[in-house]
Amino acid sequence: MKLSKRARRSVIPGFGLSFGIMIAILSLVVLIPLCSLVVYTAQLSPSNFFRTITQPRVLSSYYVSISTAFVASLINAGMGLVLAWVLVRYNFPGKRFIDGIIELPFALPTAVAGISLTHLTTTNGWVGQFFYEHFGLKIAYTRVGITVALVFIGIPFVVRSVQPVLEKLDQQYEEAAMILGASRGTIFRRVIFPEILPALISGFTLAFARSIGEYGSVVFIAGNTPYETEIAPLMIMAQLQEFDYASATSIALVMLAIAFIILSVNAFLQSRVSKRVSGLA
Amino acid sequence: MQLRKDIGVLKWVLIILCVVFLAVMLLLPLVYIVITALREGIGTYLAAITDTYARKAALLTIEATVWAVVINTLFGLCAAWCLTKFAFRGKKILSTFIDLPVTVSPIIAGLIYVLTFGRQSPLYPILDQAGIQIIFAVPGIVLATIFVTFPFISRELIPVLSAQGTDEEEAAALMGAGTFTIFRKVTLPHIKWALLYGVVLCTARAMGEFGAVSVLSGHLRGKTNTLPLYVELLYQGYDFTGAFAASSLLVIMAIIILVLRCWLEHKGDKANDIR
Repeated sequence: MKLSKRARRSVIPGFGLSFGIMIAILSLVVLIPLCSLVVYTAQLSPSNFFRTITQPRVLSSYYVSISTAFVASLINAGMGLVLAWVLVRYNFPGKRFIDGIIELPFALPTAVAGISLTHLTTTNGWVGQFFYEHFGLKIAYTRVGITVALVFIGIPFVVRSVQPVLEKLDQQYEEAAMILGASRGTIFRRVIFPEILPALISGFTLAFARSIGEYGSVVFIAGNTPYETEIAPLMIMAQLQEFDYASATSIALVMLAIAFIILSVNAFLQSRVSKRVSGLA
Repeated sequence: MQLRKDIGVLKWVLIILCVVFLAVMLLLPLVYIVITALREGIGTYLAAITDTYARKAALLTIEATVWAVVINTLFGLCAAWCLTKFAFRGKKILSTFIDLPVTVSPIIAGLIYVLTFGRQSPLYPILDQAGIQIIFAVPGIVLATIFVTFPFISRELIPVLSAQGTDEEEAAALMGAGTFTIFRKVTLPHIKWALLYGVVLCTARAMGEFGAVSVLSGHLRGKTNTLPLYVELLYQGYDFTGAFAASSLLVIMAIIILVLRCWLEHKGDKANDIR
């Protein structure tokens, strides 16, 4: 089918024109800058590269970025699942409004979200004061604050990937399980959860990948104390401001590698999980 | 149906959990911005948002957003047309490159433009002779904005066009219609809502981009400061009322975008049902 299509020339016109414009814009915006990254990387000396990325301050910034992003994405996976469930399965007043504001983190500029969250969570802010007085917990200018900002950024990812799958889920199986005497918890664990697991994992991964690279909302709330609350993108920014492009590129390459690993793990899990689900069915 | 009637307690516990979570995480920050912006009276607020630098920052943000929307629409239409109506080798790799910009951290996006057009780049002498400055100037901001929103429109169009197939266009072409006639009369009606939806998403992200623009902007007040960067500048100068006043403009835009998005999604679903 594919071969025959390729062999026969399409009757639809406009291939040359659209292909040309596409390649021209793609080259200018993506391909040429990427090539320059590759060329520049090739000029870095390996010893400098390793010295830059193994500086304690840089290593701790990777740790801060990854750990806060991971915790925030876990929270988002849990809350995202609950939100998707509530939006698909229940009817209640204000449901459309809730469905609409889920996308707010996409629409609200990250810097604006950042300064607002910071002010709310400082020890004399509306929310921060409550937590500080009752639990002795400081939010702004700590890793907790970074996590809060990343939770804000990541809310839509899990909801929007689980929601469509949950909507399409055939309720026959649940009915069958119920008639066979399964409890509510068992139905969820054995019937519903395996079906939505791939979507949940991919939502988690997208939120995780986005959170690791997030800059705008985090810089304000982080306080940026070296070794404590410095995130990896901020380290790149700091090197750029000193015009130390070699160090900035080295740190960035490690981040790109981390992002690549996360996305590959996701691809691997997707194929495993979907195989298992289809194998069971 | 029996199953839909869940145990009342669990249902309301979950609903209340969601409402509290969203109210604290999403609504409270919005309300806080508006209240802080108006804290010192409406006069101060109006003065803050009509400040010369605020106006210039808003204009630059609009300029970058318009560029991003125009270029990405042109790109999105061409890419979607090309990738869905024709069969050729290398489609997959092209799609990967198109989606790449959203998976890269905005700071890294800024970095690769600095490496491409900055002083140490082999392109720099040529650009310098031609008198073109990209880094720390408006073209850099525009390029960064295009980069971070790059796949937004094509990604909305490609699924619609590939679901629609090529039959209608082939029929039109065989009956002798030209490229633009086919596009206008056959393809465009199908993708109208998806295109508008993509434009709205692209506008939202372009307007609020901070990281990539921050790397490429020279942070010159009134020259290369976009609205989000202006917010940062005021905030770091401890002018909180000013920062939140400027933020409130972006909040208003965000709310308009959310409403438009819901409306377009509704329209798009309807159009799909009819088909």
